[in-house]
Amino acid sequence: MKIRVTDQTGKEHELEGIEGWRVMEIIRDWGLPIKAECGGACSCATCHVYVDEDWMDRLVPATDEELEMLDTAPAVEDNSRLSCQILMSEALDGLHVTLAPGSEPD
Amino acid sequence: MENARIAAPVQAEPGGEYRTDAVIVGAGPVGLFAVFELGLLDIKAHLIDVLEVPGGQCAELYPEKPIYDIPALPVVTGQELTDRLMQQIAPFDPVFHLGQTAEAIAKTDEGRWRVTTSAGTVVDARVIVIAAGGGSFTPKKPALEGIEAYEGTSVFYAVRKMDAFRGKRLVIAGGGDSALDWALNLKDVAERVTLVHHRDGFRAAPDSVNKMRSAVAAGEMDLKIAKLQSLEGAAPQLTGVGVASKETGDETIPADAMLAFYGLTMKLGPVANFGLNLHENLIPVDTEKFETSEPSIFAVGDINWYPGKLKLILSGFHETALMAQAAFRYVYPDAKLRFQYTTSSTNLQQKLGVA
Repeated sequence: MKIRVTDQTGKEHELEGIEGWRVMEIIRDWGLPIKAECGGACSCATCHVYVDEDWMDRLVPATDEELEMLDTAPAVEDNSRLSCQILMSEALDGLHVTLAPGSEPD
Repeated sequence: MENARIAAPVQAEPGGEYRTDAVIVGAGPVGLFAVFELGLLDIKAHLIDVLEVPGGQCAELYPEKPIYDIPALPVVTGQELTDRLMQQIAPFDPVFHLGQTAEAIAKTDEGRWRVTTSAGTVVDARVIVIAAGGGSFTPKKPALEGIEAYEGTSVFYAVRKMDAFRGKRLVIAGGGDSALDWALNLKDVAERVTLVHHRDGFRAAPDSVNKMRSAVAAGEMDLKIAKLQSLEGAAPQLTGVGVASKETGDETIPADAMLAFYGLTMKLGPVANFGLNLHENLIPVDTEKFETSEPSIFAVGDINWYPGKLKLILSGFHETALMAQAAFRYVYPDAKLRFQYTTSSTNLQQKLGVA
């Protein structure tokens, strides 16, 4: 299964998805620039991504905890999600996300 | 654990001058455990941290989240780990300089280091231990073009003196406790307060949310559910904040100042200016002494880099033990270092207050 990730410079990357991994972990494991400061604890919002509109309805809805963390991310849009809260599965084969402002490492 | 046994940090007066053996930059788990390993070797330590409490990322980002890979603690929260470390290092009487960053270092004629903090505190020490994790916590900034030009004059991320906002038109951005608390506190001081949040849900304490909604209903302040769009006015003086609302479209809220409260993120900060070699924002060290490119300056925990480095609290703890052995040779150049175990050494047990 694959995911497509557009980085902060607009370049698109196709990454191999791994069942049960978090999308943040896949992006980080492939060496793309993602801060993910808290390591996936839904505590920092520095793995903020914009999910391609076609995929929004296919994701498990954000929990209150994720929505509250997203409040601390800059430039939140309707398609904002924390990539550490999206669990990779066959159903998400082809998922396209874009790394949002604030997700870049220093 | 018993709360009564948790040691409160001994906070030094800001702006003072202090002399000690080691200054530790960063009071996260690894910085705290460094106090222990240094203390066993009779090396006294002062700690500097930008946060107002010890614990670093563990205490700030995930105080209530469970950690599962600390030896002998199958599960422990970030706050509990901090509390236990504070208890463990209490016998060594560490001195804390909290709420300030280590801004600059300078070598003295004696071959010691003078570390100056953002609060004007000076700590003179023989060795420096950098345990700054991912760097120092700094406020998250809204993604608005040119915001830096307004900072300090009309855009702020903290309130130092409420009176500075007397009679001003304020936009307060954010949906957490800081944003709501300051909106409620400043509404009686400012000419007008407008709270701007991107959704009509707030992660602040329910009591604060109720008070804010009552104040809005009573006409004492405004609430705008909208996204921040732009800053208006000739920098550094703000005249308005452009917002985009789904209901009411785009508009500019007249404002003399904006306060943005989006929490904290980590940046390397002033450590980058210490004159040490860096490797992609990390500090290269050797794996024998964890010493940096500058003799008698060490780096332990997530901020250091060496081949095979794993960013684990466990690794940081290990690094402090080896660092302390090397630090001893600077602090006590004429003394013989004898390796001892806490289980069997009466000398170590006396230091820990258990013998």
